[in-house]
Amino acid sequence: MTEKQKLVVIGNGMAPGRMLEHLFESAPDAFDVTIFNAEPRVNYDRIMLSPVLSGEKSFEDIIIHGDGWYIRHGVMLYKGHKVVEIDRQAKTVRSEHGEVASYDKLVIATGSAPFIIPVPGHDLPGVLTYRDLDDVDAMLLAAQSRGKAVVIGGGLLGLEAAAGLKERGMDVTVIHLMPTLMERQLDPAAGYLLERELEGRGIKIITKASTKRIIGETRVEGIELEDGTIIPATLVVMAVGIRPSAALARDAGLSVNRGIVVTDSMQTSDPGIFAVGECVEINGNVYGLVAPLYQMAEVAASHLIGDMAKRFVETSTATKLKVTGINLYSVGDFAEAEDREEIVLRDATAGVYKRLVLKDNRILGVVLYGETADGAWFFDLLKKQTDISEMRETLIFGQAYQGGSQLDPMAAVAALPDDAEICGCNGVCKGKITGAITSKGLKGLDDVRAHTKASASCGTCTGLVEQLLSLTLGDAYNPAAVTPMCGCTGLGHDDVRRLIKAKGLKTIPAVMQELEWKTSCGCAKCRPALNYYLVCDWPDEYADDYQSRFINERVHANIQKDGTYSVVPRMWGGMTSSKELRAIADVVDKFNIPAVKCTGGQRIDMLGIRKEDLPAVWADLGKAGFVSGQAYAKGLRTVKTCVGTDWCRFGTQDSTGLGIKLEKFMWGSWTPAKLKMAVSGCPRNCSEATCKDIGIICVDSGYDIHFAGAAGLDIKGTEVLGHVKTEDEVMEHVVALAQMYREQGRYLERIYKWAKRIGLEEIRRQIMDEPDKRKGYYDRFVFSQKFAQVDPWSERVSGKDKHEFNPMATLTLEAAE
Amino acid sequence: MNALTQTWVRIGKISDIPPRGARCVRNGDMNIAIFRTADDRVFALEDKCPHKNGPLSQGIVHDGCVTCPLHNWVISLETGAAQGADEGQTLSFPVRLEGDEIVLGLGVPS
Ligand code: SRM
Ligand SMILES: Cc1cc2nc3c(=O)[nH]c(=O)nc-3n(C[C@H](O)[C@H](O)[C@H](O)COP(=O)(O)OP(=O)(O)OC[C@H]3O[C@@H](n4cnc5c(N)ncnc54)[C@H](O)[C@@H]3O)c2cc1C
Ligand code: SF4
Ligand code: FES
Repeated sequence: MTEKQKLVVIGNGMAPGRMLEHLFESAPDAFDVTIFNAEPRVNYDRIMLSPVLSGEKSFEDIIIHGDGWYIRHGVMLYKGHKVVEIDRQAKTVRSEHGEVASYDKLVIATGSAPFIIPVPGHDLPGVLTYRDLDDVDAMLLAAQSRGKAVVIGGGLLGLEAAAGLKERGMDVTVIHLMPTLMERQLDPAAGYLLERELEGRGIKIITKASTKRIIGETRVEGIELEDGTIIPATLVVMAVGIRPSAALARDAGLSVNRGIVVTDSMQTSDPGIFAVGECVEINGNVYGLVAPLYQMAEVAASHLIGDMAKRFVETSTATKLKVTGINLYSVGDFAEAEDREEIVLRDATAGVYKRLVLKDNRILGVVLYGETADGAWFFDLLKKQTDISEMRETLIFGQAYQGGSQLDPMAAVAALPDDAEICGCNGVCKGKITGAITSKGLKGLDDVRAHTKASASCGTCTGLVEQLLSLTLGDAYNPAAVTPMCGCTGLGHDDVRRLIKAKGLKTIPAVMQELEWKTSCGCAKCRPALNYYLVCDWPDEYADDYQSRFINERVHANIQKDGTYSVVPRMWGGMTSSKELRAIADVVDKFNIPAVKCTGGQRIDMLGIRKEDLPAVWADLGKAGFVSGQAYAKGLRTVKTCVGTDWCRFGTQDSTGLGIKLEKFMWGSWTPAKLKMAVSGCPRNCSEATCKDIGIICVDSGYDIHFAGAAGLDIKGTEVLGHVKTEDEVMEHVVALAQMYREQGRYLERIYKWAKRIGLEEIRRQIMDEPDKRKGYYDRFVFSQKFAQVDPWSERVSGKDKHEFNPMATLTLEAAE
Repeated sequence: MNALTQTWVRIGKISDIPPRGARCVRNGDMNIAIFRTADDRVFALEDKCPHKNGPLSQGIVHDGCVTCPLHNWVISLETGAAQGADEGQTLSFPVRLEGDEIVLGLGVPS
């Protein structure tokens, strides 16, 4: 048996991560691998830091190799170990903590470091760069102040940072040296559209501005521009460019220019040392996008295992900005020149701009803004240097317009040639994806990501990959594990809830626009769900959309099979009085109500009332002090009680009083699905508290709080949340639990299903063991109750929504002459 | 013999109906539901679901359809036909807008 060779890797970023994947795939036993990483963590998708900053993803979502991966492959990963010395004589490296490792082969992948403009004040606390998770965490911390932020640099990184900080509630100004944004990727016209779009989102943009100094005594207070303008800020993010991290290699005596000089087989000037990633320079070029880095990774891996055929070839890479809702695409060379021509399409109202730069009937450069679906197709023509003279007239309208009738997006993807590039980051073409789907029996997006890498980096090609899946698999393709809310969107409930918060969406049209609903005004499934999410998230700002509520919640009564309604007033905790009963009896007589029944919820139902009579019925009930029992609501229904210490010889606490208190505190609140509670005075449990959404069992020493029971379509006893000693504690815990459910539940998901999904332990931990969390939930519930506790019946008696209850016209048609 | 001719009746203004909502017009024994879509088109159907006579006027209006409040059939506002796998059709009536006035076309015996 041959000894394994020792491979040491310095840096654990995206490039070496990919290199190791190739290595383990083709020669799993060739090397013993040791990695030193200055960042104290595993390999993650750096590209996706912006969605983490904006709140659309969490760090866990963007990890590429979890700890298990290193264990599986026998890799020794030193987290938080910066290498400070390479000893080429001894063939060892040493970390700043003194760890020494010897190598047969060494790979340097130190990436690059953000450039910091050396203006006065650049080292004040509160001045950040944008490169790794620590930067994102620092920005999130700063954003909690909701104060002012200045981003220096209007390139890709700067704008993603600005958009993220804005999403997080900061007041953001971008300072850019050049006249238009992203001038390296966009021409001035597209740069202008982008600027307008960002300004429309409330981000201030100052172009042609140069920073003179950063102001502040002990931390940042603002910045001053060359022209004397002062902009106050508590956070300054510098995103003005990156420099390859090559100092370590230089100190080791390797050949270094701007970056570490390597051959097209990724070899440095020392044949035993390779380098990959942003730290290298090939043929005078350095790279800052992952597509070329991934190519380097593949080349280095094959040379490490002795396959010398692969060489790095320079190709162009398309740029996209990862700010949700902004579509831009640019690739190639789009500078103007004598021998070049251009084709431009502008649609001002739609905010669309497209420009193709041509030379000798071949595409040289592409800039698309607003509508980027044809990016892949143009890029394909560019790469193949296709002669476009035949389709010149219609070229700019895109692929759909070639060959007569317009194609739908699906047909457009079907029409792409097999070698058309789908995933720019990973250089994966259509044929490779469809081939893998058929030959490997792939079923979904995650499979495709695992086997081909397509859509596994920046994710902007996800839509294309999904279309390929459904083209190849037909009906057998079942998009991912998340079930979309309904046919109007591909997003699941959780994504929609998170995005509503993250993007501050406050109306149904805004949600549908921003989250790209496929229908113009939703359907009977998504509209009530969206309405609930908005009511829950923005209690003070959102105007309830009654047209998106199911009829019962719109007219505050339950529709019956014959189109009449039933009316159930609240009887707090099941208690009533002769006065209340008399009022009900009078209403039943006056309106000829055909049926009166005791419900299973300890109150009285009057059934068979005509819709027109509802306001008058409520007016009479209201005079007796009744409010709506909300027997129709996805909201608080009933709090059943037993007689407790007031009467019962076994009662341990005032269960009736506590039930009434809970119902009076919580009535009117909307919840994902109905919420039913009960309080029993002792473990004999006469109010059936152990099958409710939330139940309380009084005992001598206090109160056991139960939750997540079911007694409808499913039957399930409750789980114990915990034990508390006083009524006040019951209130705080129960209300906090209800609020946690309100914030996380999916529409129509009862508490027991939500709890199963979230985990009982997690809920117990947050409600029982974390007083701050509990208090936070409690306070948010109380705040939202300010807007929710309005009796809908008395509102309607006083005229609200009058149109609901009266016919628009009553016709008595006479026969025509 | 009962031949039918069309009579046009003004029944109210478009502003009487909330967008994505409906209201009823009573015509003798029949209830006619008048719908207004998000883009201010109006439609008229007998207020009776082809499934089990549910009052369509009480449903949720979305795009060109209404979802019945009783068992969620989806009915086309234009034709009154049940969508998807369900089968059945509700009577529809011609309606048009004259300025902001809604004019309903009714067939009456002549
Ligand atoms: C009136 C009442 C029956 C009665 O005469 O006692 C009743 C009537 C209806 N129930 Fe109920 N439920 C009534 C107590 C219950 C109970 C018992 C309880 O609350 O202690 C349960 C079992 C506990 C539970 O909720 O899990 C119950 C489980 C259901 C379910 C199954 C829910 C589930 O998630 O498993 C439905 C169907 C649904 O909500 O989708 C339902 C749905 C209905 C609906 C709303 C059916 C519908 O969609 O039209 C009925 C409305 C009739 C009306 O217009 O009044 N009703 N229903 C009770 C009203 C209680 C109240 O005062 O508010
Ligand atoms: C916010 C953001 C958004 C981006 N968006 C895109 C995009 O949309 N598309 C795209 O193609 N690219 C994008 N990029 C660029 C892309 O992330 C980088 O090109 C890529 O991550 C570089 O990979 P790398 O392996 O060369 O270096 P890195 O991923 O930077 O990894 C280098 C690692 O080496 C460590 N290190 C450095 N020195 C030492 C040392 N002496 N000892 C030990 N460890 C060391 C560092 O801590 C770091 O963890 C983005 C970058 C950022 C920051
Ligand atoms: S059990 Fe509930 S839903 Fe079923 S018929 Fe009775 S009242 Fe209606
Ligand atoms: S009555 Fe309309 S769906 Fe059943």
